[in-house]
Amino acid sequence: MLDAIDRKLIAATQAGLPLVAEPYRALADQLNLDEAGVINRLTRLLEEGAIRRIGAIPNHYALGTTANGMSVWDIADEAVADIGARVGALDFVTHCYERPRHLPLWPYNLFAMVHGRTRDEVRAKVAEIAVLVGPAARAHEVLFSTRILKKTGLRIAA
Amino acid sequence: MRSLDPTEKAIINGLQGGFPLTQRPYRDAGAKLGLSEGEMIEEIGNLIAGGQLSRFGPLWNAEALGGAVCLAAIAVPPERFEEVAGLVNAHPEIAHNYERDHELNMWFVVSAEDPARIAQVIAEIERETGLRVRAMPKTREFFVGFRVEV
Repeated sequence: MLDAIDRKLIAATQAGLPLVAEPYRALADQLNLDEAGVINRLTRLLEEGAIRRIGAIPNHYALGTTANGMSVWDIADEAVADIGARVGALDFVTHCYERPRHLPLWPYNLFAMVHGRTRDEVRAKVAEIAVLVGPAARAHEVLFSTRILKKTGLRIAA
Repeated sequence: MRSLDPTEKAIINGLQGGFPLTQRPYRDAGAKLGLSEGEMIEEIGNLIAGGQLSRFGPLWNAEALGGAVCLAAIAVPPERFEEVAGLVNAHPEIAHNYERDHELNMWFVVSAEDPARIAQVIAEIERETGLRVRAMPKTREFFVGFRVEV
């Protein structure tokens, strides 16, 4: 679990790291910690998964990867762990989750998000997934987003 | 959209994770890309100012921070789409909401620090809209090596 100092660190870095030669020292000074303490905490939070990664967070839309396809797959329950791990390992899959079905409207239990510059590029990538998955997929579809109705970032209070 | 130069591409493609946890991380990361510490700081600042990067730093995992997140979808009759979007978006717990081309045509993410709020928000939306909300919480997450190639 997070302690009060972790939460201060989250609040201080939600908008990014300071763009100075010693960013962890700058954070430490701001939070009344020492530099080694900041580095050790960030290392631990990365190992624990509270931080997914540290680096450049691209803006898909500004970079032209505007097509966003949610590929959804109906995979036998006993096979989904293995198939999901293989689909998630593809370098163009940005999120990969198992989720519950809602029969009969929604038979799909594996979701793999694929981004690309165009819908055709996304469809070609989904076709690659279909080859990888093979007959384990009983059905699949790609749902493209046609409009962003709301988008706000993560908000964590200190 | 302006095109990216090779240095900018190298930063975006090479630094979507693994930024060093060292005293001089821009210097250490730049060494792998053939850039000086000062060039790294300047280039990253320019990519943020230009909007190509949303930011540079840690990507926090909302759920690991103690909150809860749930994907949900509604099959909205087309003639009610704008009205329902307004009702859904009015909830501060809705972080993202997308229109998608399917009978289930509205897909949104409910997030709350208190996991019990998720079911409450879904129930409120069902009551306000009179439509059934299908909750699709993730039951398993598969590892992805997230990358956008430019």
